[in-house]
Amino acid sequence: MTAAPSSPTASAILDSAELDRLIAGLSGEGYQVIGPTIRDGAVVYEPLQTAAALPWGWADRQDGGSYRLVKSERNAAFDHVVGPQSWKRYLYPPVQRLWQAQRRGRGFLGVTRNPPTPHYAFFGVRSCELHAIQIQDRVFNNGAFADPGYLARRAAAFIVAVNCARPAGACFCASMNTGPRASEGFDLALTELLDSERHEFLVEVGSAKGAAILGCLSYRPAGDSDIKAAQTVWDAAANAMGRTMPAGVETLLKHNLEHPRWDEVGQRCLNCGNCTLVCPTCFCTTMEDVTDLTGRTAERWRKWDSCFTLDFSYIHGGSIRRDSRSRYRQWLTHKLANWHDQFGSSGCVGCGRCITWCPVGIDITEEARAIRDNGG
Amino acid sequence: MASTVDPLPALSEHAPRVREDSSDFFGADPMLPAPYRIHKRRQELSDTFTLELAPADSSRSLAFGPGQFNMLYAFGAGEAPVSISGNPANPATLVHTIRAVGPVTEALWDLKSGDVLGVRGPFGAAWPVAEAEGSDVVIVAGGIGLAPLRPAIYHVLNQREKYGSVCIYYGARTPADILYRSELEKWRGQFDLTVDVTVDRATGKWSGKVGVVTRLVARGGFDPSQTVALVCGPEIMMRYAVKSLKQQGVANDRIYVSMERNMKCAVGFCGHCQLGPYFICRDGPVLRFDRIEPLFEIREL
Repeated sequence: MTAAPSSPTASAILDSAELDRLIAGLSGEGYQVIGPTIRDGAVVYEPLQTAAALPWGWADRQDGGSYRLVKSERNAAFDHVVGPQSWKRYLYPPVQRLWQAQRRGRGFLGVTRNPPTPHYAFFGVRSCELHAIQIQDRVFNNGAFADPGYLARRAAAFIVAVNCARPAGACFCASMNTGPRASEGFDLALTELLDSERHEFLVEVGSAKGAAILGCLSYRPAGDSDIKAAQTVWDAAANAMGRTMPAGVETLLKHNLEHPRWDEVGQRCLNCGNCTLVCPTCFCTTMEDVTDLTGRTAERWRKWDSCFTLDFSYIHGGSIRRDSRSRYRQWLTHKLANWHDQFGSSGCVGCGRCITWCPVGIDITEEARAIRDNGG
Repeated sequence: MASTVDPLPALSEHAPRVREDSSDFFGADPMLPAPYRIHKRRQELSDTFTLELAPADSSRSLAFGPGQFNMLYAFGAGEAPVSISGNPANPATLVHTIRAVGPVTEALWDLKSGDVLGVRGPFGAAWPVAEAEGSDVVIVAGGIGLAPLRPAIYHVLNQREKYGSVCIYYGARTPADILYRSELEKWRGQFDLTVDVTVDRATGKWSGKVGVVTRLVARGGFDPSQTVALVCGPEIMMRYAVKSLKQQGVANDRIYVSMERNMKCAVGFCGHCQLGPYFICRDGPVLRFDRIEPLFEIREL
């Protein structure tokens, strides 16, 4: 460790009991701490008061169309992976009022005041999710236009990343180059070191903000043996990953827009939109206009939408994508192929949520492979 | 220290903590409509009308490129994308020709002179009027597709000497559906323009041409190797118009079409208007045909 005391520390070791003080420290800095906790049989991201609310001792079993929490054989805070929610619900809320206007005579007056948004500290962000956040950064600041609400929430956010100790059954981040180890985009990153002798966290510092918070905690510098232990955790997660996205999927899909597999998957797809709601990068929205009973106050609301609805592509005369196959094709080709043209990267981070939360267990890695293996 | 945990680069400067209701941020909010007052409302066809607008709270003018569109907001009813159909040389007056076919456009229909509506824009890519200088210009329009092309026609007429032969070929369903009829008749009387109109179905006293607009294109009147073609209308009409233009010998990278898709935001956030890799709101609505040709034939893309 050669870093001067005033500059960001490369890495440190925290005792697990210090997580409480980390949460308290973030709260003390004015952040609302959001982190994983168990509700309704799943890990969700909700406000955390103390570290006791974390899912200690729980892991998730995930597969196509299946998610179960199971008691882990050890009392880890982060043996679960990702649940149905992602951080986009805080950076880009599912329902948002854009503005309100009052009728005045024959015109109207814009009123733009929205309630202030808390400064969030996201506690327990996985590497795939860091990449998802960075992908949405490019969506909501596209060069020509920026979403000021998103930018404000994003700029204020503090990010505590967690390196996965194990992949979930649907994970394929390693093949998307988005994990499992967090490489950038965090203020602090934790790796849980748990064995018969210790329960500690390796902390990597990613920013001056992170260093300042770490400075409020009791820690010791990380030694070589700590780094080795962490390396073992990182390697274990990467090596245990069961799924992969086929290489070259961008070109593959672009050249197979009329492949018969679209008809086949269109038959199985229920068009429920679950995949788009759980996807951490899906950003599509629709607008809803409402007025009060007097008709004097009008509001414009933005709501998460899904390309799986018929309304999504409606223009006068009918919807463009009437068939299930067309809507599934739109989702997959946008996510894995056209996203590259639009935003300079894939829209998929390999988190596996769309596989787990698909009620019929459609697996996007399998769909891509089926196209490749059948003349694609 | 193991090389795997090198000191991480500090993140770029974090922006100051700014609340969402900060006026700085709201100043740049692309989702906020500006109030515009209706100065004139003109009935065009049985379901089509034109609004002339000016800013209600300032004297700013809205410079636009021919082919661009605005999002028009009717109080409480919502927004609809509508192309600008006025003269780009006179941006002080904002002109929109609208067909009442849905809840928002029907709410706009009910507005009267003096009423205020909301405007966001202008958005999207324009017709390539500068690139077309020195070339012949063929304009092929179907139905209300003439509205987004009218600013391009005005532009060409404003600087007529910069262009070669100029042809305007227009098709409507019936004689009663001919948009901007008096203007078309006036243009047809000019010696430096070729203007022809056809209808799908002759009604009343129509003794003009009957048939698809594609047939007008086949009559020529332009040098295909030196032509830039601008096409707007229903997708099926554009398909055949492009085919006819290509048969005449116009290269597909000199043919431009204006595409219509569902739009909720017009700034690339809502995702609705995608056509393959393109956001029609940002990359279009005007697209060079060779860029979308491979996508054009794919059903329900």
